[in-house]
This record gives sequence, structure tokens and C-alpha cells, in this order.
Amino acid sequence: MKVMCAMSGGVDSSVAALLLLEAGHEVVGVTMKLWGGDSDTGCCSVSDVDDARRVAQQLGIDHLVFNFGDDFDTHVVDPYVAAHAAGVTPNPCIECNRTVKFARLAERADLLGFDAVATGHHANIGRESDGTLTLLRGDDPAKDQSYVVHMLDQAQLARTMFPVGGMHKSEVRERAAQIDLRTADKPDSQDVCFITSTGGRTSFLGDRIPFHRADVVDLDGARLGEVESVEMVTIGQRKGIGLPGGGPKRYVVDVDTTTRIVTVGADSDLLRNDLVVHSMAWVDHVVSGDVRVQASAHGATQRAVIEAVDERPGAVTVTWAEPQRRIAPGQSVVFYDLTDRRVLGGGIAD
Amino acid sequence: MVTYLDHAASAPMRDEAIEAMLPYLRDQYANPSGSHRFARQARQAVDESRDRVAAVLGCRPNDVVFTGCGTESDNMAITGAVQRHGGVAVCPAVEHHAVLEVVEHHGGTVVGVDAAGRVDLDELATRLGALADAGRTVSIVSVMAVNNEVGSVNDLAAVRRVVRRHAPDALLHTDAVQAASWLDLRQVTPHVDLLSLSAHKFGGPKGVGVLVENGGPRIDPLLIGGGQERERRSGTHNTAGIVATAVALELTDADRPTENDRLALLRDQLVDGLQAALDGVHETLARSEKVAGSAHVCIDGIESESLLFLLDEADVCASAASACASGAMEPSHVLAAMGVPHERALGALRMSLGHTTTVDDVERGVDVVAAAVTRLRDHAGSAPVLSGSGRVSS
Repeated sequence: MKVMCAMSGGVDSSVAALLLLEAGHEVVGVTMKLWGGDSDTGCCSVSDVDDARRVAQQLGIDHLVFNFGDDFDTHVVDPYVAAHAAGVTPNPCIECNRTVKFARLAERADLLGFDAVATGHHANIGRESDGTLTLLRGDDPAKDQSYVVHMLDQAQLARTMFPVGGMHKSEVRERAAQIDLRTADKPDSQDVCFITSTGGRTSFLGDRIPFHRADVVDLDGARLGEVESVEMVTIGQRKGIGLPGGGPKRYVVDVDTTTRIVTVGADSDLLRNDLVVHSMAWVDHVVSGDVRVQASAHGATQRAVIEAVDERPGAVTVTWAEPQRRIAPGQSVVFYDLTDRRVLGGGIAD
Repeated sequence: MVTYLDHAASAPMRDEAIEAMLPYLRDQYANPSGSHRFARQARQAVDESRDRVAAVLGCRPNDVVFTGCGTESDNMAITGAVQRHGGVAVCPAVEHHAVLEVVEHHGGTVVGVDAAGRVDLDELATRLGALADAGRTVSIVSVMAVNNEVGSVNDLAAVRRVVRRHAPDALLHTDAVQAASWLDLRQVTPHVDLLSLSAHKFGGPKGVGVLVENGGPRIDPLLIGGGQERERRSGTHNTAGIVATAVALELTDADRPTENDRLALLRDQLVDGLQAALDGVHETLARSEKVAGSAHVCIDGIESESLLFLLDEADVCASAASACASGAMEPSHVLAAMGVPHERALGALRMSLGHTTTVDDVERGVDVVAAAVTRLRDHAGSAPVLSGSGRVSS
């Protein structure tokens, strides 16, 4: 097959390209230029592009850089900023996968005659006896990334490959080291590519939206203090909400950016019996009933029952088996089968 | 077989220039600044090359400074002027990044261009006048001779008149990196104080630039050290590169009249061929407004990156706009400044011809580009939107 391998300049996608070559595919490496501003690896992440290009040279494959900066701004950065302004906590890496990597890049790969797009994600694609494609967790439990690619449907899975999904990270690094790829020891990328570790989220958002002071109140409405920027407060947050130490632990249980009120309470006040998830994407068909639910990239899963919300297309109600801490609006919520291995679908917390 | 339509990015070296380099790589390797016979031979080669370059440029040999590249020459002109004289640097918005970024780095002033990519002389006069009224001196005005993307040509005599009238103390620099193959530089140099060239654009080697300081040094040097180039540019001479530069420049100068005619015909054949084979191919500039080797078009219904991929697969070398540090194509600041709509600029294709271009290259270029565009349009399933008045100019 002719495969376009998305190469980020990290070790996983480097080895993905290697494995594709070994499997006899015709491989072209592509690095997407997404963010034009500062990053931890230089403007436009130039050193990551250098790493990807050098690995492609070592492997003897062509390497290209595609500029999807406009798409990234429109579909990832701008919504990220707008969501924070509205008190919502989005996951930009998932939106990038949804709108850029498995959409814009995949469409271009199709246009240019490629049969599939491969990435270095730790996830697996299986096939049922009836031909249905399944999206499964990666074999390395510590590195599994099925959560961030949960939005792939049957048509997308048919044109997607995750060559390192069946490997543990240590094996990936070993393979890279064996042929002396320069990315063999490169640390895993952390956090959001357009947020620098020096400036952080506050600096990034502060340059783009006005911050507003907000009152911090308890559940009875009594004023306890204030925060400088309500836009930076997230449900479940405990630190940095301007309350003196020493007392009982208090958590943010609600954020209202309109009235500019942050409500805090005890841990138990965060507990909820249910949750509504909207903008659902299903891997195959719509599912209801018993599932396991994951609400952060590497979080544990919880039992729940899901069912469609009648009057809201694309929304489901999640009823927890046991009360769970409230999930911040905007977070991606992904449903797995009861083996906790197969992705059923996912959406965004109300 | 590779069809090379990217001469504006880098021209193939001329065989004579390669041959001229070899003795200075193998045998005459001494440092031209040394004090022995061996060094003097190398020094003689540098000085003779300087004479030959000056003759083509129409300046005094002592006004020729050899640098490490065109970008260094541009940087030296602007930064050197700002350091020596203080004040503001000014340039139009379509300059090469080697000028534009430097002017912006120094907090300079960027002026607009007309629809053909030439500096807007009225706006230049207004901006220079406003700076003078505000009590600010202008150290340097930099206006490119030929634009690297679309091939437009500035009238430097007219630019000079505006600068002399509104900023009499300012130096005038021209980035002539794209001009050597197309313009008689003897007609350009007299209008400017500073002129930059890059050898690899006209069949010389990479790693050699020229800065002409017309009428003697009036700017600070950028590189300080051993005092080479009459203390204008320190650093050991690239003897082989300098010799090859002189050879390539002389050959380019001698061939220019016939090459301009030959390549204009081939360029016309290329663009006519594309327009005959495809709908929605817009020639960015009228042929009368650009140099002979420039064939810049915007093609409806495709994206440059996709087209370049298919051309690359078919061994046709072309480009779109300039690349950023990551190697990604940047949206063209030149087309944006000219007022080309963003939608149209997405389909930009720069094909540039030069001394090795043949009729076979042009015929194959037409075939491959037409096939690639057709494939992309068919796949996208969207027929190009045709508009009779859509052409910018031709």
C-alpha cells in the first residue's frame, strides 16, 4: 500500500514509518506545520521538523512539510480560546485529531493517491468476522492513546494505521536505537503544543482574551474570596482559588463566567450521579447500556449505563454505577466496552 | 529525467564556473591574505574577479565587497546603514525576507505596492515626507530590482528621485538578487548607493554574495575581525567561489540579450500551454510587467502544496511561495501585498526558467502540470469556477 506517515519528530512516529517500510509499504513521511507561534521546540516547532526530516532521510523515504496552520487556528486554537472565555475546558489535542490529522491530512492523503494515513498513536485497529473495524487500546497500558483517537469512524479506520499500537514504549525505543534513529531517546511530548512550559496556559490565554475577576463563594452564596481570572478556573480545581490554607479542603464545584462567580465546596459536593455527553462520535453503531467511561487521557475508567437523550440528537446520558466527581464541561468522555479494551465512541461533557 | 522549473530558487551552476573553481580547491588553496607567493596568487585571483564583477555591475572595483550570500549582503546594507546613521529603514511589503525581516527587526517602515508588485511611489513619498515632518531621519530605503516570486521590475531611477526629494540623506539599496539574469546591471547600479547579488541565482556557487557600495563605504560592516575586503567584510576569502562568481556573472551578462528573447518565448509557451489545457489559470502579472524567466500563475480549484507533491512525484521542480524555517510553504506575503485574494493565492504556482531551460522542459512542464491539476480537480469533484473577468492582468 501507499501510506502517508504523519511524522511529528517523536520516536513513536519514527518507528511507525520504519515498521511500515519493513512491512513492504511505499511510505512518504509528512510533518504538519500547525502552530506558527512559540513552542517548547522553537518557532513552528522547527527542531521537531528537523528530527522528522532526518529520520526520514535515515529511513530513505521522502519527507514533506504541509502547512495546515490556518486550519489549526480555525479548528483548534480559536475554539480553545473561545471555550476558555466561556468557562469550558476543551481538549485541543483531540480537536486537532478530529479536525486536522484525521480530516484535513487524511483528505489530502486521499487526494494525492495514498491508501492510508499512519500515525504513531498507541492504539490498535481490529476487524470482526463480519468486517466491522474495531478501535482498541494500545498494548502498552501506560501509553495507550485510544482516548485521543476515539472519534474515528468505520470509514476513517479503514484508511488509518497505528503501526506501534501493538508495542510497548520500551520496544519502540529499542527499535529506534537499533538503527540509530536520532529520536530514540527523545522524551515524550507533554501537554499542548502551542502552550510553552515557560509561559503556560495563563500567558497564552491572557494574550488573547480579557481576564475577569470573580467572587469565590460557598454553596450558600457566602463570599469567601476572589480570583483574578475566572477564565482560568476549572471544575475540580483545589489550588489557586484565593482561599487561605488550613481549613477544610475546598474544590471548585461550579464556574459561571457570565455572573463571574466561582462556587467552592467539599470533595463530596463534586459528586454526581449522572452526566450528559454531547457531540457523540461512534466507532460503529450507536450503543446503549453498560459501558466503562474514561474522562481524561490516562484516567481510570468507571462503570456506567448510557442511553440516548431523546430530544437531543448526538447526546447521551451517563448514569454512574457509583457517584463520580463532576467532569469539567468541555472534557472529552470516551466509552469502552466492559472488557475496557474496545472503544465504542465518545463525546464532550456538557 | 528532471524538469527543473525553479531557477529563481537556485540556478544550475555553469560548467565554466565549476571548472574555474577547481584549481582553487585543489592547488591554489592558500589564504589570499597571506604574505607568501602562494597567497599572492590566490589574492590575484580574488582581485581579478573583483575587476570582472565591477565591469558587469558598472561600478569601481573597490566598491565591490564579496560576502557569504545574498542574505548577508542585504543584512549588511540595512543593518550597516542603521548602525552608522541611526534613523529609520524603509522598504516595500513585497521584499524578500532577507530585507523585510531586517527592516522590521530595526522597527522600520513598510510601504505598499501596486497591483503589479512595484513599490507605490506615491505612498513612498508620503511616508518619507511624514517621517521627515515627524523629525525622524531615514537611514536607508531598500527596494528590490526584481521580485523573486512574481518577477515584477521596479523603476529604480524613479525610486531614486522620490528618495532624493523626500529623504535626501537616506541611502538607497536594491536587492538585485533576482535581477542579474534579466537586467543590464550597468543600468541599475548608477541609481543606487548599495546593491546586493547572490551568485547561485545566475550559475555561480552557493555561498557567495556581492554588496556594491557605490561611491565608497558609507555603512558599518556586519562582520568584524581580520579586516578583509578593505575592512568592509572580515572573514577568509572564498577564493574558488569568488572566481566562479565572476565567471558566471560575465557569461550571464554576455548571454543576456539572447537569453531574454529565448526564455520569454519559452515562458510564453509554458503559460499559453497551461491556459490552453486548463480553465482557471490566471497569469499573475502581465508579461510586459515582469522578467522573461518568470511564469507565476494562480490556478483555480487546487492547493499549491498538493500540486507541488504531484509535480515532485513526476520529477517536475517548481515552487509556490517562500518556505518558513520548518520547510512549510508560507502563504505568500507578496501576493497578499499585491491584493491577490487569499482564495486565489492558495493555488499559486511559481515556475521560473533559466539558462538550462529547453523547449522539452516547457512541453513536459505543461503536460505534467495540466495532468496534475486535472487529477486534483477531478478528485475534489469540484469544477473550477470560471469567471471571464477573473484574470488579474495579461
